Amino acid sequence: MATVTAAPSAARASGTRTPKGPRGSGTGKGGPLTYVVAYLFVGLCLAPIAYIVVGGFRTNAQITADPSGLPDPWQVANYVEVLGSSLFWQQLGNSVVAALLTTLGVVVLGLMASFVLARYAFFGRAAMYSLFAAGLMFPMTVAITPLYIMIRSLGLMNSVGGLVLPQIAFALPTTVIILVPFLRAIPREIEEAASIDGASRLGFFFRMVVPLSLPGVVTVGILAFVASWNSYMLPLFILNDETSYTLPLGVQAFASQYSVDTARVLAFTSLSMIPALVFFSLFERRIVGGLTGAVKG
Amino acid sequence: MSVSQGMSQDAASPSTTTPEDRAGSGGGAGAPTPVPAERPRRGGHGRWAQRAEIAVLAGPALVVFVTFVIVPVLMAAYYGFFKWKGFGPPTEFVGFENYLIIFRDAEFLAALQHNAFLVVMSLVVQGPVAVGVALLLNRRIRGRSVIRVLVFVPYVVSEVIVGTGFSLMLATNGAVNDLLEKMGLSFLAVDWLADPDVAIWTLLLIISWKYIGFAVILFLAGLQGIPEELGEAAAIDGATYWKTQRYVTLPLLGPTLRIWAFLSIIGSLQLFDLVYIIWGQYVAATAGTSTMATYMVANGRNSGNFGYGSAVAVVLFLVSLAVALVYQRFVLRRDTEGALTGGKK
Repeated sequence: MATVTAAPSAARASGTRTPKGPRGSGTGKGGPLTYVVAYLFVGLCLAPIAYIVVGGFRTNAQITADPSGLPDPWQVANYVEVLGSSLFWQQLGNSVVAALLTTLGVVVLGLMASFVLARYAFFGRAAMYSLFAAGLMFPMTVAITPLYIMIRSLGLMNSVGGLVLPQIAFALPTTVIILVPFLRAIPREIEEAASIDGASRLGFFFRMVVPLSLPGVVTVGILAFVASWNSYMLPLFILNDETSYTLPLGVQAFASQYSVDTARVLAFTSLSMIPALVFFSLFERRIVGGLTGAVKG
Repeated sequence: MSVSQGMSQDAASPSTTTPEDRAGSGGGAGAPTPVPAERPRRGGHGRWAQRAEIAVLAGPALVVFVTFVIVPVLMAAYYGFFKWKGFGPPTEFVGFENYLIIFRDAEFLAALQHNAFLVVMSLVVQGPVAVGVALLLNRRIRGRSVIRVLVFVPYVVSEVIVGTGFSLMLATNGAVNDLLEKMGLSFLAVDWLADPDVAIWTLLLIISWKYIGFAVILFLAGLQGIPEELGEAAAIDGATYWKTQRYVTLPLLGPTLRIWAFLSIIGSLQLFDLVYIIWGQYVAATAGTSTMATYMVANGRNSGNFGYGSAVAVVLFLVSLAVALVYQRFVLRRDTEGALTGGKK
């Protein structure tokens, strides 16, 4: 997705066009019908989420008696119980650690490799780019069976490393594809100026490239974070001990363990989506900005 | 996103970027072949320094990528020729037997059909709706930025949460059927998850709900790239709003639409999480929602047949590759100039 969107933004970055920002460029004003349709669509998007969150405030008796009703009275017991369980916090911690390490790894490794691909001319550059790009054709689904065996023989089962390393590897293709145009768009005059001022290629990298490519880096980082936070298949294969579970596996285990306790499952589920939603709403502007906006340099 | 895009970008790179890359040498634009950019002031020494820089910068990413992506994929191709339970090195070479079994297995063929159904119907359902919503949200309406965030929420929420929530909601005595009954539509209340005639449509509904926000955001980003002046010019020429959208906006949105369609197709082919979470490996087959990926996990690792599972992975890959190449050949090729390389100076 970002190939399409990052490229125009790179063009804008090089000064061909000043973006007006996401707000000012709509065509036409919306009539009442526009509002109705828009709110209806948003309602449909949010209804299942609302069902989960609100359902957590009900008791099982309420849910059985009236499956689609509202809480009456509102109960916080389910949420309190989940928040009091050490397993929830343990799994939350696992998810946070895995997501942060994945993001860090993707950003650091991806930025360095993209810099080489974007701004060094050397024999084999095209081949290296194609290798990374080819990675887009290999989703984790294809590699998961041998990957599981490899992780097992490396002794990394149930460990953060067994989770994070493959996640970094599989995020690299997208990262490289997004960052290379960003790094290419940095005007060569800046590099010349830095060179005249005595900066080496590496100095240029740390002092100019890293700050200038920040919007791209943020986009890539967020994508990696969210992918890791939500990842299911790899943890399913790698983690088989409840204390090493990340939240998605935790939710599933909880749902099957307490399948009769619907209200508590709903509470556990809604609590586990809060971090991702908070993270997303914090960085929403950066995401859309990174996809559509401009490098301010 | 595909190999092909990568290659097209790459094919364009020597001519478009070499001048930039060689900026350090002060040589300006030369022949469009990637020659190592030597820096005159360092002489022959600079070449080695540059190689060291390349190795230090690109090395770690390459090592991680090759170890955890390329090697496993190659191993899958290798294991696929063996009958192997996953312990010790594979020894029982069976040639193409695994592949013959796959294509004779009615269960796999059914899974393949489900994938095909989802590929087509996801495009048909999500595409028009997402374009409509994106056009709507591109107008000046109050609370637009909030709406944009909310539309994206289903995409951000994890598959497990979506799966858990929907299985509870869509249970026979769940909220959806209860709601239909209250509205006097009890004839519409069906067994959403277990009825083989209905389940695949339910799956389609859930997928569409989950991923349509992504399409909307992508299209909105594409719409932002279309200069407002074009719409104004069309309006001056007497075009109505709808005509402007149809003849000006939509064609210009073409590249974004085609990339989205590609991502959607590949995603549908490799669908695993939602099916496995909601239906599980056994029910998915009987409810008619199994996909190639759930088939692979059920008949591979879960039954200890690692050779067979790897062979299924190879088939899954080849099917995706074939679709990607055909798509690239007939649909994406027209975009490779404009959408993918046009942005780079």
